[in-house]
Amino acid sequence: MAKGVKPRVKVPKTAGAGDTITIKTLISHKMESGQRKDDDGNIIPRSIINRFTADFNGQNVIDVTLEPAISTNPFFEFEAVVPESGEFTFTWYDDDGSVYDESKKIEVS
Amino acid sequence: MQLTRRNLLLLSTASVAATAMGAFPAFASLTDDEIAKLTGGANLGEGAITLTAPEIAENGNTVPIEVSAPGAIAITLFADGNPVPNVATFNFGPLSASRSASTRIRLAQTQNVVAIAKMEDGSFQKALANVKVTIGGCGG
Repeated sequence: MAKGVKPRVKVPKTAGAGDTITIKTLISHKMESGQRKDDDGNIIPRSIINRFTADFNGQNVIDVTLEPAISTNPFFEFEAVVPESGEFTFTWYDDDGSVYDESKKIEVS
Repeated sequence: MQLTRRNLLLLSTASVAATAMGAFPAFASLTDDEIAKLTGGANLGEGAITLTAPEIAENGNTVPIEVSAPGAIAITLFADGNPVPNVATFNFGPLSASRSASTRIRLAQTQNVVAIAKMEDGSFQKALANVKVTIGGCGG
């Protein structure tokens, strides 16, 4: 398992019904591309996060497939519609089978 | 055919040549191949998709890229100068507001970044941006 993986998400705490909000996510991960070589000239095996999803109350907002060309500490910024109060869930899927998740509540008035 | 040394040599040269020929067309346009795989050879429109990328990236390890295509169900990014051209695919769900996303990508050298958007009606849109990279980002 990759070490020091820590998801960070920025979601506004409140919004109006039907508003568009901007979400920023970042997860610390070394994202080894499988292209680099170590000091002895051996290729370092690929170890990346290959999928990221964001859902709100069970409905999908965005589903991203990641390839090795995504930089270290994958960052995503996107926009979502919030029809009612609820919870965002964010999930990252690692090559090694680990799954990292994070959730944020939002109040809609 | 009798298996003499000469025949054996001929055989091996022929097979080497065949492998080389087989690998060649893919090498010529890896990105075009990947795009054709995605679109099934459909015509690519232009205009309904915006790709924002810096003109010059000092560090190829983290190049900010932004894509936006109103009415798209998915946007795929390619980098034609990378060892592997595929970068990422964004699939938009029902609660996605603007069908846009930003991320940071690695570029190995100066090259074109290509964005292909799949629209709701099944058509495809293409946008291209050239990024000059001063320090490459795919290691080596």
